[in-house]
Amino acid sequence: MAEVTVLGAGVAGLWAARELLARGIRPRILDRAGPPGPHHCSWWAGGMLAPHCEGAVAEPAVIRHGTEAARAWGAVTELRRNGTLVLALERDRAELDRFAARSSGHRQVDAAEIAELEPHLAPRHRRGLFFATEAHLVPRRALADLVAGLEAEGVPVQRAEATPGDLAGTVLDCRGFAARGDLPELRAVRGEMVLLRASEIDLARPVRLLHPRHPLYIVPRGDGLFMLGATQIESAATGPVTARSALELLSAAYALDPRFGEAEIVEFGADLRPAFPDNVPRIVQRGRVLHLNGLFRHGYLMAPALARQAAAFLATAEKGDLFHED
Amino acid sequence: MRDFYGVTLDNPLMLGTARYPSPAVLEAAFRDSGAAIATVSLRRERGEGQAFWDMVRGLGVHILPNTAGCHSAREAITTARMAREYFQTDWIKLEVIGHDDTLQPDPFELVAAAEALCAEGFKVFPYMTEDQVIATRLVEAGCRVLMPWGAPIGSGLGLANPFALRSLRAAFPDIPLVVDAGLGLPSHAAQAMEMGYDAVLLNTAVAQADDPAAMARAFALAAQAGQIAARSGPMPARDMAAPSTPLIGKAFL
Repeated sequence: MAEVTVLGAGVAGLWAARELLARGIRPRILDRAGPPGPHHCSWWAGGMLAPHCEGAVAEPAVIRHGTEAARAWGAVTELRRNGTLVLALERDRAELDRFAARSSGHRQVDAAEIAELEPHLAPRHRRGLFFATEAHLVPRRALADLVAGLEAEGVPVQRAEATPGDLAGTVLDCRGFAARGDLPELRAVRGEMVLLRASEIDLARPVRLLHPRHPLYIVPRGDGLFMLGATQIESAATGPVTARSALELLSAAYALDPRFGEAEIVEFGADLRPAFPDNVPRIVQRGRVLHLNGLFRHGYLMAPALARQAAAFLATAEKGDLFHED
Repeated sequence: MRDFYGVTLDNPLMLGTARYPSPAVLEAAFRDSGAAIATVSLRRERGEGQAFWDMVRGLGVHILPNTAGCHSAREAITTARMAREYFQTDWIKLEVIGHDDTLQPDPFELVAAAEALCAEGFKVFPYMTEDQVIATRLVEAGCRVLMPWGAPIGSGLGLANPFALRSLRAAFPDIPLVVDAGLGLPSHAAQAMEMGYDAVLLNTAVAQADDPAAMARAFALAAQAGQIAARSGPMPARDMAAPSTPLIGKAFL
């Protein structure tokens, strides 16, 4: 096969390269800023593999492919398969019923069961939903593990600025929002996150706090680190977290457990999620270029399936359900 | 038929554009309901929401930019000017929040902002509580549409104070009135329209439904039913049953 280039070394590009290798296709992988870092929106992700929770709002394709994600990631990086706990403040218990009605794969838990699942959490939550089959990972470690796996196969991430038009052969364009010039339907959805260090608190699994206006998730990263996310704003504004977003995220964490009030703020982050109008990732084929894009808030959940379908297409010309005709 | 600053609507449903599962679902809700006006926010997007705003413009309905998220007249005025520039419209839904929990409007800042914006030539749609005194002040300021709440934003409680909404209708027979916020069910929309309101505006009840497009259509049908009923002379409620077949020949006392 002629030369194959993967453009972009975020979670989509790294997975694309990995799946190509699995099919016996040796790509090169280029990124304008080199290996994974703060310039990729994958760097700022939560790392929850929570297809059932996401399914409360997302399209069925996200649940269908998302349930396969944990198995794919298990071969790459350390996974914690401890499920997801979903809670709501007493005032917002209607949100819990609503969430339960719109999702599957959960069971109701009472105060005693919550205490058993998360003994360190403040004993203020009387009802919750437990999604036992969900998993989470540490995104930056997972990206490094993907890079290490590619390097072991002789495919390092090379620093080079290019667009698909600059390159010969087959191109898998995984540049995220940077590819918007080629994908007019692509838009940015701004997300903001906070990284906290709270040595007093220990959580085994991601906890989601439902709220009519300021929903929050907290993902334990280990070593007392917790990631709080994430806002979802229809905006392409880059730049630091706003005071209002920080206030909302931190207030919600404080409401979940007041000890988060004593945590140290390690990092604030903000970036743009690339999304198509239905918020479902797509592969768009234009001649010798495949655009893998629009992973929205499902980068880690959907990258393995998107990459697998792109690689399968190059090997067998078969188009999976994530292919989208222009 | 009352008009909204010279524009008559063939559908009394106005929809917000926030919190849908995706822009594709939002589009379907407008398509299936035939909603005539889309409200859209600007403040939190910090001037970089073009992709989304263009999508809303592409719906082909009247755009009513709002000042959601503003807590003072000054902020609201700045946001309104930005909206006019971007959307090329002098319509503005004026929203000045006074209380963060209930999202109740601040009546003092609202009136001050309405005065300033009307003087600048804006066509102001003020989001207000159902208070008649505030309504009078807003009309004096130059507002020719009033938008009292049904209940707090996002609460889905329906018409919390039907008496006040009814007296507002009676007090301002020539001003187009819109129940804005708090509607949870299509029957709430029908109820508002039966009272003689000219339109209803809602967001959460549609955006957060399991099937937003179908729910939007249900609201449109209910609002239209209420509108037809209001124009058809609803019968008054009576204490005594009024049989529709004659009772002659039977003992009825």
